[in-house]
Amino acid sequence: MDNIRTGAQILWESLVREGVSTVFGYPGGAILPAYDAMLEYPIRHVLVRHEQGATHMADGYARASGEVGVAIATSGPGATNMVTGIATAMLDSSPMVCITGQVGSKLIGSDAFQETDVTGVTLPITKHNYLVSDVDEVAPTIHEAFYVAKSGRPGPVLVDITKDAQQSSTEFVWDDSPVQLPGYRPELRATEAEYQQAVELINGAKRPVIFSGHGVMLSGAMDLVREFAERANIPIAMTLLGIGSVPALHPLNLGMMGMHGEAWVNQAIQEADLLLAFGMRFDDRVTGNLKTYAPNARKIHIDIDPAEFNKNVLVDVALAGDLSAVLADLLPHVERGDRSDWLSAIGVMKGDSAVRDVQNIPDSGHLYAAHVINDIWRMTDGQAVVVTDVGQHQMWEAQYYHHQEPRSLITSGGLGTMGFALPAAIGAKLSRPDAEVWVVVGDGGFQMTMCELATIAQEKVKINVAIINNGYLGMVRQWQEFFYERRYAATPLLSPDFAKLAEAFGLKSAQVSRRQDVEPTIEMARAHEGAVVIDFRVEQEDTVYPMVPAGADLQAMIRRPSPSPIVETADD
Amino acid sequence: MRHTFVVHVEDKPGVLNRVASLFRRRAFNIESLTVGHTETSGVSRMTIVVDTDANGAKRLEANLYKLVNVLRVTDLTAEAAVVRELTLIRVSADQETRTHIMQLVDTFRAKVVDVAPDSLIIEATGTEEKIDGLMGVLEPYEVLEMVRTGRVAMSRGQQAPVEGPSDETPGEVDDNVSYSV
Ligand SMILES: Cc1cc2nc3c(=O)[nH]c(=O)nc-3n(C[C@H](O)[C@H](O)[C@H](O)COP(=O)(O)OP(=O)(O)OC[C@H]3O[C@@H](n4cnc5c(N)ncnc54)[C@H](O)[C@@H]3O)c2cc1C
Ligand SMILES: Cc1ncc(C[n+]2csc(CCOP(=O)(O)OP(=O)(O)O)c2C)c(N)n1
Ligand SMILES: [Mg+2]
Repeated sequence: MDNIRTGAQILWESLVREGVSTVFGYPGGAILPAYDAMLEYPIRHVLVRHEQGATHMADGYARASGEVGVAIATSGPGATNMVTGIATAMLDSSPMVCITGQVGSKLIGSDAFQETDVTGVTLPITKHNYLVSDVDEVAPTIHEAFYVAKSGRPGPVLVDITKDAQQSSTEFVWDDSPVQLPGYRPELRATEAEYQQAVELINGAKRPVIFSGHGVMLSGAMDLVREFAERANIPIAMTLLGIGSVPALHPLNLGMMGMHGEAWVNQAIQEADLLLAFGMRFDDRVTGNLKTYAPNARKIHIDIDPAEFNKNVLVDVALAGDLSAVLADLLPHVERGDRSDWLSAIGVMKGDSAVRDVQNIPDSGHLYAAHVINDIWRMTDGQAVVVTDVGQHQMWEAQYYHHQEPRSLITSGGLGTMGFALPAAIGAKLSRPDAEVWVVVGDGGFQMTMCELATIAQEKVKINVAIINNGYLGMVRQWQEFFYERRYAATPLLSPDFAKLAEAFGLKSAQVSRRQDVEPTIEMARAHEGAVVIDFRVEQEDTVYPMVPAGADLQAMIRRPSPSPIVETADD
Repeated sequence: MRHTFVVHVEDKPGVLNRVASLFRRRAFNIESLTVGHTETSGVSRMTIVVDTDANGAKRLEANLYKLVNVLRVTDLTAEAAVVRELTLIRVSADQETRTHIMQLVDTFRAKVVDVAPDSLIIEATGTEEKIDGLMGVLEPYEVLEMVRTGRVAMSRGQQAPVEGPSDETPGEVDDNVSYSV
């Protein structure tokens, strides 16, 4: 029995064996034994400034690499500060393990100092959670937690470990045999009849559209989707979280669908006779009014989570399973198709893309967010990992940064969590040190988690931060403009001088308000070895077009006004 | 339509909470829920009655399976099944009415399990309709107190046993599950 370890040591022994090299956390009483033991292990600990940041970092780490991200915090307030980050990861199916300290098992239920029922609080926002109060359960629980987090439909898992379980000792045994959970069914398979039905619908379709969602990346099915589309000549529309699953410049890629998708994408969907939904969940920002959604289309839905079938949109064929496996089965039966009539009809809807290129718009003396984002795109060759926050700038990024690579857009889609970008970018950079990482964030969201600038400085994380500073909570202001008679209740925003603020954190910074300064400043940021924060002072009352008002029919988009200050479409 | 689910779960702390939380979060209304041990140690069995349509029932089943501690979900609604409820009813009864009530109890094949000077406790097992019927005829005698267990159910004929959490065999991937409606 020479393998005696404390629970705290066993935690790290287990994490190291799960391949963990970096954790994001913040110490406190109930997790102190774990922190003390950490010093003996080959772990990079990133000290965050707020536990919400730790969860977003772990999430960004996971989204950029596909590996499970790890966040760690103390009991009570440390754990409750994680709630937003856990809910964010849950809605976007991001694999994450959160470790929290808990008061001693004898004190549970006594309202002890910093006691919170964390497994209770996080029950509906985790894929699964555990309360560990027995030192012998530490290793098997960590092993199980990683398995649950990354298998099937990924998601966040929380492990709450009592202080006494961290302090007491036992023999450390690592059983790395596959986890066996009797009721857990991470992967299913559809019936032969359903496969056949799907093949018939596909081969018979005249106006099909493929939907490429986040599940494509989670499954690693990028090549299969492309092969499928190319073989059958089927155009592709992406969800926000599906961006990057197919190269933006691929001739069959139409772009993003939904609320702020381009008009021709939504028009193609409304006219389609078959939708092939690959790893996407028909979010209400995608469908608009369900009653009038794609009225002429049969629907095939492929998803690893059968609870997604017929949830929002009733489908004709539902194929349960891992997308890669299902597509590999389907592909040999998919006939080569021509579909040139359909593709050219969409081409007509789309019109001349040269008129939409913001680079071709003369400099009117105004700085638009679209310019800034488009310049970042051009100068990084579409190869950067861009982490966006939530709001107008997020939609402009989706429209004007043309992502060529999977996992290169990291954004909070389902929960729409402001404050996500800056910490998530730190995680993304640490999981992919060779990637060029840009943050695109609003002046509002930046101020929600800007304390993490100190983490960037302390950990010497090289990322570039583009603050799209419009002086407003822009997306909310836009809704007020459209739907609340321009009554700007609580949306004008007074901000500190972000450039000076960044300097105070010891970071390089710049402020840009003229279009001609955009390029050189981006160049400067890329060349600088440390993190750079750029305050882009953009047009204040700019609007994201097109827009399907929430719950409206997809074809009832608010189009760009004509003549638009920055962009015109063919049918304006 | 009312759906009756039999849900086998691992007998672990908090599992009832997880199941109940799922119904709440997905906005399904539980009409009744019973829980107890099974023939397999470490496995509990819940019978849950929910009012939902066919699609809702399918999604509920899929959502239940997403709970790590849920072992098996069976929707008995369309299956041949034995469905029972147990009730205890305290009804006011004096010298005059007692015999009369006992005759009614006989007709319903229920039992008198306690006799007090001015009341009786009746135990009845059966379908909800039967118990509703019994309640109806007892109404005029003044029902003082009543408790119903909610449905418990079992499908008729043979069913494969539910593997306990201690079983060595891996949780087999269910082949060919249809989720199209
Ligand atoms: C301000 C704002 C505006 C927005 N506007 C838009 C918009 O205009 N258009 C838009 O598209 N979105 C928009 N969104 C995002 C939207 O809310 C959703 O987050 C997004 O549409 C979800 O995309 P998804 O379904 O592809 O990804 P997810 O929500 O992550 O769903 C992934 C799906 O894939 C499945 N899956 C996972 N792994 C696998 C696997 N291995 N095999 C098969 N399936 C798998 C999952 O079960 C799930 O069903 C907006 C968000 C915000 C905050
Ligand atoms: C935590 C949180 N609170 C509130 C909201 C609602 N909300 C969505 S977008 C938005 C405005 C964001 O403003 P800013 O960060 O400046 O970005 P902009 O829209 O101006 O680009 C708000 C308040 C949210 N998504 N998240
Ligand atoms: Mg703003």
